[in-house]
Amino acid sequence: MTEKVLMKGNEAIAEAAIQAGCRFFFGYPITPQTEVAAYMARRMPKVDGLYLQAESEIAAINMVIGASAAGRRAMTSSSSPGIALKSEGLSYLAGCDLPAVIINIQRGGPGLGGIQPSQADYFHATRGAGHGDFHMIVLAPNSVQEMVDLTHAAFDLADRYRMTAMILADGILGQMMEPVSLSKPDAPDLPPKDWATTGTGGARPHNIINSLFLQPEELERTNFKRYDLYARIETHEARHEAFMLDDAEIVVAAYGACARIAKNAILAARSRGIRAGLLRPVTLWPFPKKAFAAAADTARAFVTVEMSMGQMIEDVELAIRCRRPVALCKRVGGMVPTPEEILSKIEEIAGGVR
Amino acid sequence: MQTVFERTPGLTDAILHYCPGCTHGIIHRLVAETLDELDATGRAVGIAPVGCAVMAYNYFSCDMVQAAHGRAPAVATGLKRARPDCVVFTYQGDGDLAAIGTAETVHAAARGENITVIFVNNAIYGMTGGQMAPTTIPGQVTQTSPYGRDTSVAGYPLRVCEFLATVDGVAYAERVSVDNVSHVRAAKKAIRRAFETQLAGRGFSLVEVLSTCPTNWGLDPVRALSWLRENMIPYYPLGVYKDREKDAAHGEVTGDA
Repeated sequence: MTEKVLMKGNEAIAEAAIQAGCRFFFGYPITPQTEVAAYMARRMPKVDGLYLQAESEIAAINMVIGASAAGRRAMTSSSSPGIALKSEGLSYLAGCDLPAVIINIQRGGPGLGGIQPSQADYFHATRGAGHGDFHMIVLAPNSVQEMVDLTHAAFDLADRYRMTAMILADGILGQMMEPVSLSKPDAPDLPPKDWATTGTGGARPHNIINSLFLQPEELERTNFKRYDLYARIETHEARHEAFMLDDAEIVVAAYGACARIAKNAILAARSRGIRAGLLRPVTLWPFPKKAFAAAADTARAFVTVEMSMGQMIEDVELAIRCRRPVALCKRVGGMVPTPEEILSKIEEIAGGVR
Repeated sequence: MQTVFERTPGLTDAILHYCPGCTHGIIHRLVAETLDELDATGRAVGIAPVGCAVMAYNYFSCDMVQAAHGRAPAVATGLKRARPDCVVFTYQGDGDLAAIGTAETVHAAARGENITVIFVNNAIYGMTGGQMAPTTIPGQVTQTSPYGRDTSVAGYPLRVCEFLATVDGVAYAERVSVDNVSHVRAAKKAIRRAFETQLAGRGFSLVEVLSTCPTNWGLDPVRALSWLRENMIPYYPLGVYKDREKDAAHGEVTGDA
């Protein structure tokens, strides 16, 4: 166990990225993620890395594309309205099969919305990150420690599968401070980046990084191939945390900051004789479908706790094939659900299904 | 049999898809020849645009990346910063560079990114079938300016070299044409100067090449060359708009030189 340091979530992400070998960060200021950029601006020159401030979110993600095409680990971070601008680039990253790590410290929307925490970009991250058929690996930390651990994982996953890994966090996690251990696991064996455009050296045919396929048969083939890869990722990379789940009648589904608040509500429910438990997706894509399907075998009802008008609830209903009722406990616009609100929802459902 | 002319190794064997009389082929050749002559093809990475030259990645034999519409200078920025030893160039049309990608162009220039931009200006959106471009000249008929570009409605064309010459990060900007042999030779010289600027680490270099679009101009190839001469060159005067090194040598005040 290494020594722990007190760090803000956003800064922990930045330091973890540097530990993971990221030396190219392209940023643009937006609340509540600006600490990532500020930290990178301070730290990168000390580790022979680059912090470059782009003229826009669009330029920043295209700089990531360029650095990634050159075979380097690269990252950008933003918050909801800025992530929307990056959608074009996210689609090109997918179409070009390029690895990248993208951070979204979500705030309330739509439009300019607010600057307080939100989880309203769940659909964007898991379904609609840009035009065309594609997925990103979406990791949802619920502590500053997980900001570190999942950022480490994101770079390895991105390189292993040649795709975008997004950290989907929120303003609470980005802004709060917790003690963290910055120990990094040994780098796994990853495939060589022999596809990178670094110059042929006159020694090999040219590498082309491209997402254009004008022949429909060919474009269909690339999509099929990519979805075969996605199927393997769904099998191998889904992660979740179970808390008091074994005998739970009421399963609370929540990710990120909401999951931490939900734990307090679950403990309170247990003290009142209600067998509640938590199923926390750590990967939002791939969604931990098997864990939910198994929970549905024994639970009577589910409730999702979200800082959105109800987005993850659709994945819960799909994962359990609507075999059990799924209620929604929600706050939006930067409002954060309280343990009491969640508890009263649990009690309401427990009463209803008894 | 004696070989008197052959493909330059900087180009692949792929058959160009460009329309008859289009001057993209000449410009491709000039870029590839220059990279070969500078012994830079093996460490070159080109960024292809969206537009007629989108498939440039099949034609240049160096490593190639295809960028989203207008974003080539940002992609080139990331690539060059990640691999400073690579010779990085973008190859962009007028819609790509001067409309949807204006911000990326201007800010790559302002940062003085050590990249080379080949800007092909044919005053029209070619790939999509001939719509008004940011460089369509006043009165020019296109699919979306069917009565001629009316500046009271559609505003004025951008003169890219002129405004980029005011940007301190720009080391070299020249406008050339490929409408006749002597202009082609001058264009080659400009492209060489641009890549030499990058190789010397002097910063952002851009060559604007006035080019034809016979298909969408509705002219045969010969008349298209005349139209370029008679209409485009007067609006877009040829010449060196900035050469920081030379300007400094001549004692002129240019930006941060």
